[in-house]
Amino acid sequence: MTIAAEKDPPVKLPNEPQITPQIVAEHGLAPDEYERLLKIMGREPTMVELGIFSAMWSEHCSYKSSKVWLKKLPTKAAWVIQGPGENAGVIDIGDGQAAIFKMESHNHPSYIEPYQGAATGVGGILRDVFTMGARPIANINALRFGDPSHPKTRHLVSGVVAGIGGYGNCMGIPTVGGETNFHAAYNGNILVNAMTVGVAAKDRIFYAAAAGVGNPLVYVGSKTGRDGIHGATMASTEFNEDSEEKRPTVQVGDPFVEKLLLEACLELMATDAIVAIQDMGAAGLTSSSFEMAAKGGLGVVVELDKVPMRETGMNPYELMLSESQERMLIVLKPGREELARAIFEKWELDFAVIGHLTDTERMVLSWHGDVVANIPIPPLVTEAPMYERPWTLTELPPVLDSATVPSPKDWNASLIKLMSCPDLASKAWIWHQYDHLIMGNTSIRPQDGDAALVRVPKAPTGTSHKGLAITSDCTPRYVQAHPETGGRQAVAEAWRNITATGALPLAVTDNMNFGNPQKPEIMGQFAGAIMGMAEACTALEFPVVSGNVSLYNETEGRPILPTPTIGAVGVIEDITHAVDSRLTQAGLAIILIGETKGWLGQSLYLRELQGREEGAPPPVDLAVERRNGNFVRRQIWTGRVQACHDLSDGGLLVALTEMCLAGGTGVTVRQPAGTGIPSHAFFYGEDQARYLIASGSGDDILEAARKAGVPAVLLGYSGGAQLIVEGLVSLPLAEIRQAHEGWLPAYMDAVE
Amino acid sequence: MKAAVLVFPGSNREGDVAQAIELVTGRRPQMVWHGDGDFEKTDLIVLPGGFSYGDYLRCGAMAAQSPVMAEVKKRAVQGVPVLAICNGFQIAAEAGLVPGVLMRNENLKFVCGDVHLKVETSQSLFTNRYQAGQVIKVPVAHAEGNYFADADTLKRLEDRGQVAFRYCAPDGTVDGSGNPNGSIQNIAGVFNETKTVMGLMPHPENAVEPLFGGCDGKALFEGLVEALT
Repeated sequence: MTIAAEKDPPVKLPNEPQITPQIVAEHGLAPDEYERLLKIMGREPTMVELGIFSAMWSEHCSYKSSKVWLKKLPTKAAWVIQGPGENAGVIDIGDGQAAIFKMESHNHPSYIEPYQGAATGVGGILRDVFTMGARPIANINALRFGDPSHPKTRHLVSGVVAGIGGYGNCMGIPTVGGETNFHAAYNGNILVNAMTVGVAAKDRIFYAAAAGVGNPLVYVGSKTGRDGIHGATMASTEFNEDSEEKRPTVQVGDPFVEKLLLEACLELMATDAIVAIQDMGAAGLTSSSFEMAAKGGLGVVVELDKVPMRETGMNPYELMLSESQERMLIVLKPGREELARAIFEKWELDFAVIGHLTDTERMVLSWHGDVVANIPIPPLVTEAPMYERPWTLTELPPVLDSATVPSPKDWNASLIKLMSCPDLASKAWIWHQYDHLIMGNTSIRPQDGDAALVRVPKAPTGTSHKGLAITSDCTPRYVQAHPETGGRQAVAEAWRNITATGALPLAVTDNMNFGNPQKPEIMGQFAGAIMGMAEACTALEFPVVSGNVSLYNETEGRPILPTPTIGAVGVIEDITHAVDSRLTQAGLAIILIGETKGWLGQSLYLRELQGREEGAPPPVDLAVERRNGNFVRRQIWTGRVQACHDLSDGGLLVALTEMCLAGGTGVTVRQPAGTGIPSHAFFYGEDQARYLIASGSGDDILEAARKAGVPAVLLGYSGGAQLIVEGLVSLPLAEIRQAHEGWLPAYMDAVE
Repeated sequence: MKAAVLVFPGSNREGDVAQAIELVTGRRPQMVWHGDGDFEKTDLIVLPGGFSYGDYLRCGAMAAQSPVMAEVKKRAVQGVPVLAICNGFQIAAEAGLVPGVLMRNENLKFVCGDVHLKVETSQSLFTNRYQAGQVIKVPVAHAEGNYFADADTLKRLEDRGQVAFRYCAPDGTVDGSGNPNGSIQNIAGVFNETKTVMGLMPHPENAVEPLFGGCDGKALFEGLVEALT
């Protein structure tokens, strides 16, 4: 079919309503944004066109509030192949291989419908990665729930975990790690941030930019239904009491079809048929077709009646805005349609040529021969609203004097209480529901180390098996107290977690979860976090290569804690050189690396045992962070280190206890003489840039540290079945384990 | 040993078992697409883990009707050994190659992690490299691994020594503590009457290398190589 009059104004659909200010508002467009639309179009839009603008200019798709700030993040390094702007970031990991990864939120849908919301979050991020030609090799996720006592929390935990497992397990991609926190600030807005890491040959990466006028535009995957219409717009507003009514805007996932789509796409990618490929994520066919054409500087004609449909009676408006899952858009080389069709039919997936590329730089949509939308592409991108919203930075709170914080009355009880508090309690109940072992490459399992470690399939030219260390981190209470410090700390902790396995940290994906950006204090949190992150990423040579922004995480005016989740990837050249944090042998020296000042402000000790959330968060000295981390990594490479763990939430004693529990071996330690720090500040303070190392005699490491100018001190030795801190704590590991591992199952089993 | 690994839409551990077989034989097994009714003669057929047909309807029920399964059944009757793991076990049970059924886990949740297994017999193609009574550690990963058979079938299984593995505690005690899914009599794996077909829920293919889950599953594949080469 040829569409004769591309420039003609489109026809209106039967029963198409008159566009009123109310309809414009329902599409999430502000009056001045609608004025902007009218100027671009030069006429009143049709409903289909209004829907397209609404989706493309939603916060979710346009980053209109965050873009000016995101530009401040460092995105370049010698090993970065593709930074932000594509489906996912790409880095060079040597031997002709690339790691492709991204983290993305599915917060709003997961609160409304936890199973499907979380499941399709995983599905979406997997597609972002395999769209680029990578086979996914690992998933992780970062979850934040409300207070455990909130009536919805149990149901949300149960649904989200089942949804993540349901999707990832069926896809056959191991879910190897993550983090889960609880805080009342998430009562009305949980966070579900999912990250996928894939591996591809460096010279076989696929991009979204369309090319070749006349080339066919092909639709593959599932049929389009009415689910998820306006999901992107939903995710760009605050919640209120009517949010439950938005359930139909949540998509429904089918991991089985996605598994077929993965295999079919990788099979097609092994041929030379593809020019460009893009998954249909938020705003579905609208954003995928638009982005492909825009990136290629081309136009596109889409014959919407050719789109495979799940039900009868669907109209162009619904087709363009549906967020049905497991769909891809591909630009093929001319003449390769039959080759591609055969592959998708073998995998029992839909395949349809639905349009072609043009040189008009316009998006023209037709419906049974009539043009129903005709939009100029470049101005929709270049004239998109971009806001420099007013912002006020959060001032640094006064530093809390540790001497004013009481010490525990009962040290044993204090440790048990911390190890079984919701944030520190074992999350085994969660990760045992995730297949974390499939593919047979999982070397460091959840809870056994600071980062997950997976083997990279051997490259044809490779000599040894590389490992990828993967982690996600953020300490929202630090970010809330002081966003700049919190942003710095989130990056530093991710870098430290990777370092503690012996891997070299390479790059970051960020998932920025914040409240309503139209409030200056929220925009200030965003700005502050970005400043801190930018500083840390620069200092640690840890560029941001992909990311996602989720704003409006507020319910009835109450925002979440600012949560810039940092997903990170590092590489170790020979996976046999890596270490985890399990203390498995007796007689090892336990060495503390880094300086301890006893910082209790914003610590978990303060919150869980004193009921106070106050003070400045621990400062992050990036030069020290780098020096200490590089020292630790070098020690791991020498083979002297048996186990390593970074110090974070809960401080030294919590980290030490985690090492004992993970490896099933006790310790006896003492506070070194002459620290001048109260014991509870020494053992529970959350000073940064610190690690615990377990090593043979420890002498060689102490000597190396002295030479390198890195603070290091011997605390004691491993052995036995008890955790003993001389004069303070004496507990059988079994007793700690029972409390640590018992909390979450007991909580989930309790009757509401 | 020449092996063929069947691939159904939704299979996802076919690569893992192929990797394990390659590790012990030095040779990549043949991968057989479910739509192919016929395939090359082999010494061993493997039905791998996964979510064939999305596990919609009932796990394994649709794959059991696949064209290639008619051929598998024919060859199994002729005595070609079949190793059916996880979803493969579910398919084999649905196809009547091994007795019993696999129901939803007792706690209704997917479970992934290491379990301990007691080897019930060394008198089979699959277990000849183990000692009877030996305890091994291998992972499970399933939502429908709760083995069940009626009393008569169970008695027959026990009498004829058709139980291959039982879930147990690390010290070998067979009780509820080591049972991850509620399986009757802690049954983790069973043989057909001739012991030429074995179905099991755990994944020995994910326990063949020291850094990646240990090596306790490797002897199963080495035993097969010894018996079938």
